[in-house]
Amino acid sequence: MIRPKETIITDHVVRVMVPFIQIFAFYVIFHGHYSPGGGFQGGALLAGSVLLQRVVLGAERSQIGFPTRLGIPFGALGILIYAGVGFLAMLDGGNYLQYDHLPFGMTPVYLRNTGILLVEIGVAFAVTGTLVSIYDDLVNFERRDDQAEMHSAGSREDA
Amino acid sequence: MIWVAKGLMVLGTALLFIAAIGVNRLPDFYTRSHAATKPDTLGLISLMLGLAIYDGFTLSSIKMLLIIVFVALANPAATHALGRAAIRNGLLPVTLYKKSASAAGTDDPGEGR
Repeated sequence: MIRPKETIITDHVVRVMVPFIQIFAFYVIFHGHYSPGGGFQGGALLAGSVLLQRVVLGAERSQIGFPTRLGIPFGALGILIYAGVGFLAMLDGGNYLQYDHLPFGMTPVYLRNTGILLVEIGVAFAVTGTLVSIYDDLVNFERRDDQAEMHSAGSREDA
Repeated sequence: MIWVAKGLMVLGTALLFIAAIGVNRLPDFYTRSHAATKPDTLGLISLMLGLAIYDGFTLSSIKMLLIIVFVALANPAATHALGRAAIRNGLLPVTLYKKSASAAGTDDPGEGR
């Protein structure tokens, strides 16, 4: 289904484009509270850069960029960051995600700024890991089907 | 300078309109992807260039120039991959398809392979 080394053109275009997509994703994440964007959109862009490598470079060669086994841990780490910031505010006597009770020793305005940034980083991690692991699960399912078909039907030379 | 920008924007929208007509009316996959790629790329480039000239030298015009670079890289490469996948999976162009169908004796001019 996914053949590596289809053509050198897409290969090199992807190699040029992926770092710029990732830089733009970080810009969207870290600039999220001043401009449109935020954690979800930036995380979706990061996942898109990984999926572009998966589709074009092939499932094996793209493991260097983002291994399949890291998908679920990334999602869990993002949720942990989000919930951790929320409960850190509760330790100081505030409500869940009440940013001006975060124990960082800044003025409340900067505390809100930092808290929103941390929460958005957590959301970005969660979205990246979840989207990549969804794609990997679907592709593994399909590849298992291909192998079963090949074992049952023999060669597919005439296709 | 502002008339250059307006001319580029009109050219870009005209090219995008032609691309939309081509995608709707051309007969098979290859001609349609041709119509979706070439006028679209040039139309978007000239539209964005016109907007950047209209805006002057600001941050958003630099972003538009970056969009131009990105589109000029990504759009032809994506269509290249699509066309290559289609020809490798045996999808014939419309002229070859008519020949092979008349040779095989079938008169069903269905779409696809």
